Amino acid sequence: MTLRPDIDCEEAVRQLAAYLDQELDSSVTETMQRHLDTCQSCYSRAEFERRLKARIRQELAVDSVPLDFRERMRLLMRSLP
Amino acid sequence: MPQEDRSDTTTWFQDEVMRLLPDLLAGARGMASSSADAEDLVAESVARAWEKLGDLEDRDRFRGWLFCIMKNQFLGRVRRRNARPTEVPLSEEEAHEPGFSLFDQVHQPFLLWWGNTEQDFLNNLLKEDLQQAIEGLPDPYRTVVTLADVRGFRYAEIAEALEIPVGTVRSRLARGRSRLQEELWTHAVDAGLRQRDPPEGGTIE
Repeated sequence: MTLRPDIDCEEAVRQLAAYLDQELDSSVTETMQRHLDTCQSCYSRAEFERRLKARIRQELAVDSVPLDFRERMRLLMRSLP
Repeated sequence: MPQEDRSDTTTWFQDEVMRLLPDLLAGARGMASSSADAEDLVAESVARAWEKLGDLEDRDRFRGWLFCIMKNQFLGRVRRRNARPTEVPLSEEEAHEPGFSLFDQVHQPFLLWWGNTEQDFLNNLLKEDLQQAIEGLPDPYRTVVTLADVRGFRYAEIAEALEIPVGTVRSRLARGRSRLQEELWTHAVDAGLRQRDPPEGGTIE
């Protein structure tokens, strides 16, 4: 198996969002991981973005459906012909 | 349809809709102008989906199919009201180039013995700050950011749901996230939590 050539910081930053979203193919993901393992600056950036993303999810994903709307939908579906 | 099959289908439909309700409402909030409008949009879309259920060929694609119905319902409402064009264009002010990075604002390139400035920033973020920043995004950005970052949709799923190319999902996400981070930074500065221009070599506390 041949490894993809290493990438520089500019390319790593460009790919970072897709990397954190797990949208890169496996070979680019491995290249990103190698870069992050050796570059403190990009690693710190990746960690910050990952934590911010997790924070958004943690804070906003729960309780996103008001109870009264849930009840409205239950009633609606019971009434469907 | 035999009575037993119909009963199974009804139960399946109801269970799926209730399971998908957070996703549907999040997507609708990205399209509609208010929470009440978003709820109405979901309700109309679910009723429409029930009517057209016979058109659904693969139940595994129910979420994407339902999102397509919801988007069409939304566009139909827009056309009827004639208040907004079908694809909401971004004003010059809203068309945001991705480039702003919170990390660049809060990162200290050297270690501080008293703490980590990035983590401090995240610790000070309130749920309300995040909510306001997302709600303040222009529609096209808000929808993709909400679906990706709050609901955990894949790029391809967003593309299917909104009937836009994956490349458009990527670019809207990049611009939306950049703008979101800029809003969070502006809020932190306005609230006095951060200085706009930290002194060179100094702290930004």
